[in-house]
Amino acid sequence: MRPRRILADLSVFSKGYLRSPIALFFAFAFPVILIVTFGSIFSAPTSKVSLPVEDLDHGSNVSEAFLGALSKTGAVSISQVDPATVNASGGFASWLAKNSDPVGLVIPAGFASAYEAGNATQVTVFTDPEDAADSGLVVGAVDGVANQFNLNYAHGSTIITIGTANVGSQVFTEIDYLVPGLIGFTILTSPMFAIVDITSSYRKDHIFRQLSLTPLTKGEWLTSKIIWYVLITFLTALLMLGVGDVAFGAHVGFDLAMVPFLVLGPFFFVSLGMLAGSVAKTPESAAVIGNIVTFPMMFLSGTFFPVSDFPGYLQVVAHALPLYYVIDGMNQAALFHNYGTPFVLDLTVVLVLSVVVALLAIVAFRWRDE
Amino acid sequence: MTDAIRVDGLTKSYGPVHAVDGISFTVDQGAVFAFLGPNGAGKTTTVEILEGLRRRTGGSVEVLGLDPWSDGRALHEKVGVIPQDFRFLDKITPREAVVYYGRLFDRPVDPPALLARVELAEKADAHYDTLSGGQKQKLGLALALVNDPKVCFLDEPTTGLDPKARRAIWEVVRSLKADGRTVFLTTHYLEEAQLLADQVAIIHQGKIIAEGTAAEIIRRYGRPQRLVVDAPPELADRLRATLRLPVQVAGGTVEVEYRTKDDLQKVLAAVQGSGVPWSGFSTRSDTLEDVFISLVGRMDEGVLHPPGAS
Ligand SMILES: Nc1ncnc2c1ncn2[C@@H]1O[C@H](COP(=O)(O)OP(=O)(O)OP(=O)(O)O)[C@@H](O)[C@H]1O
Ligand SMILES: [Mg+2]
Repeated sequence: MRPRRILADLSVFSKGYLRSPIALFFAFAFPVILIVTFGSIFSAPTSKVSLPVEDLDHGSNVSEAFLGALSKTGAVSISQVDPATVNASGGFASWLAKNSDPVGLVIPAGFASAYEAGNATQVTVFTDPEDAADSGLVVGAVDGVANQFNLNYAHGSTIITIGTANVGSQVFTEIDYLVPGLIGFTILTSPMFAIVDITSSYRKDHIFRQLSLTPLTKGEWLTSKIIWYVLITFLTALLMLGVGDVAFGAHVGFDLAMVPFLVLGPFFFVSLGMLAGSVAKTPESAAVIGNIVTFPMMFLSGTFFPVSDFPGYLQVVAHALPLYYVIDGMNQAALFHNYGTPFVLDLTVVLVLSVVVALLAIVAFRWRDE
Repeated sequence: MTDAIRVDGLTKSYGPVHAVDGISFTVDQGAVFAFLGPNGAGKTTTVEILEGLRRRTGGSVEVLGLDPWSDGRALHEKVGVIPQDFRFLDKITPREAVVYYGRLFDRPVDPPALLARVELAEKADAHYDTLSGGQKQKLGLALALVNDPKVCFLDEPTTGLDPKARRAIWEVVRSLKADGRTVFLTTHYLEEAQLLADQVAIIHQGKIIAEGTAAEIIRRYGRPQRLVVDAPPELADRLRATLRLPVQVAGGTVEVEYRTKDDLQKVLAAVQGSGVPWSGFSTRSDTLEDVFISLVGRMDEGVLHPPGAS
């Protein structure tokens, strides 16, 4: 191992890399696209029920206050419907049906004056029996708000209120799991696809034969690729953490304990790519082997969903995939800031696998024809 | 030890194919050795065994006293190689490639001078994948020279080059020889071998069928020199009557083979005395190419057998 030769090879390899638009796209643009796409999907407000409201009291102070209180429950998102369009559709029920809305609310005319005079009045919730979940939610919310208004009118006092508390120290949303997961995704895909392709096409083009005529060793060649992909991984990871934070307010920041995984991850997958590329006889079979190894890990290692959400048998599969330990380690570090046993276990698994696979790759790899 | 390369009973088989079938030769230190043969004869196989790129099936091989396969790393410090189908990294320029090799070998390099030597200076900063076939070959030659090699293996270095570029490569080969380096050259351009080589070997179907200097091979396997007279065919009849030398008629000329100066004078006298009008004459001798074609042709027809075969 001579640093001079590793640096010489690194310099040439990085030049080629930086001159390849496809490589740059997959290194930097693709991870951002991933995080923006999946971040948008997972952080969309899916729990609120959309609730069209026909206000026949025409924005009186009480109907405003009632809708305000309803909105504050956080269970519904209110949209006002113009009574004129409702009439044109032939009533609220058919308007809802036309717009495929399963629930709706009508506030009657004279709602404010009735409330202030203390006369009984009635808001109507339209529900679709086929959508019991949404209907129940809306009826419950409306009922709660109505009770509050009744109590207020009677100057009654609230006795029971609800407070909320969380199990963890912090609330983690999908996006928080997504950032380390997607960093893991790029740690896997960016070196694997590139190195499988490079090892098989260099062999076909006799580039390795050419290099075998120089003092460069297989280990030096592999080291320079590992260094390069570690650098790329750091840049990509910082970029993804930044985008996750700025665009989706993810709670994961850079944690120093991520560093061993940002180093060992590319170390492992560059070596695995070289191993896959060396056992294959042709570039085509190399691509197939690479895909067989890569695809299960792409989806089952906690990249897009936390593994703890998987059914039991898939959790077993996940624990057999090296990327799981990289992603879990990064979750322990960046999310839970837990550097105890799970973190150490993840680190040990990744370290041992990396060393074993790197040695296998160097041994299996042939510069020259036999 | 003055042999740069020693090959003894070398064989290489690919299944039933005997790509190299028991060849032996030596190359003197400082010599230019031309290895000739038709397509598929076994040239590249032999060269790559000498370079340590392929493992031999049998026999023994030494380059600069080293076994190319087991002492490959030590050997590669001292030899330069252009493989037959030289390829390099697509997005790297010749200047970067030369600097890269300099750093790998830990040798000082002067990229502009080296690239000028192989006539590639104006493409120093073009990406490899934009170079023409000949320009790529020139880069291969430049890289082969970075480590100041004692032995250079050039497998068809001039194939696909234009005439001017070929002459530039010849100059490089001559300068390598002038520096005392050994050059192992394969080529399909026979006049190139004749011009450059001190030693020539012709391989055919894995066996060496002729060996020596170009002049020796021509003398041994070529036809004798001919006097070619521009004259009508009746001259041939007259000469056959007076001389005991082979006479042929060929397209408006009459050719007489001769071996000695005495014979030549007799032929000239006979022509003069024949009374047949003639308009001019020249002498013609076989080139290496003529000999190559006739040797390989006769081998293929089974008329001739490789030396040592019965
Ligand atoms: N890797 C291989 N596997 C099988 N056969 C091979 C292999 N390499 C060479 N051969 C066979 O060995 C024989 C010699 O090939 P070689 O490449 O040495 O020829 P060559 O003299 O260099 O020809 P050319 O002038 O076309 O370059 C050919 O018949 C070829 O098909
Ligand atoms: Mg060849």
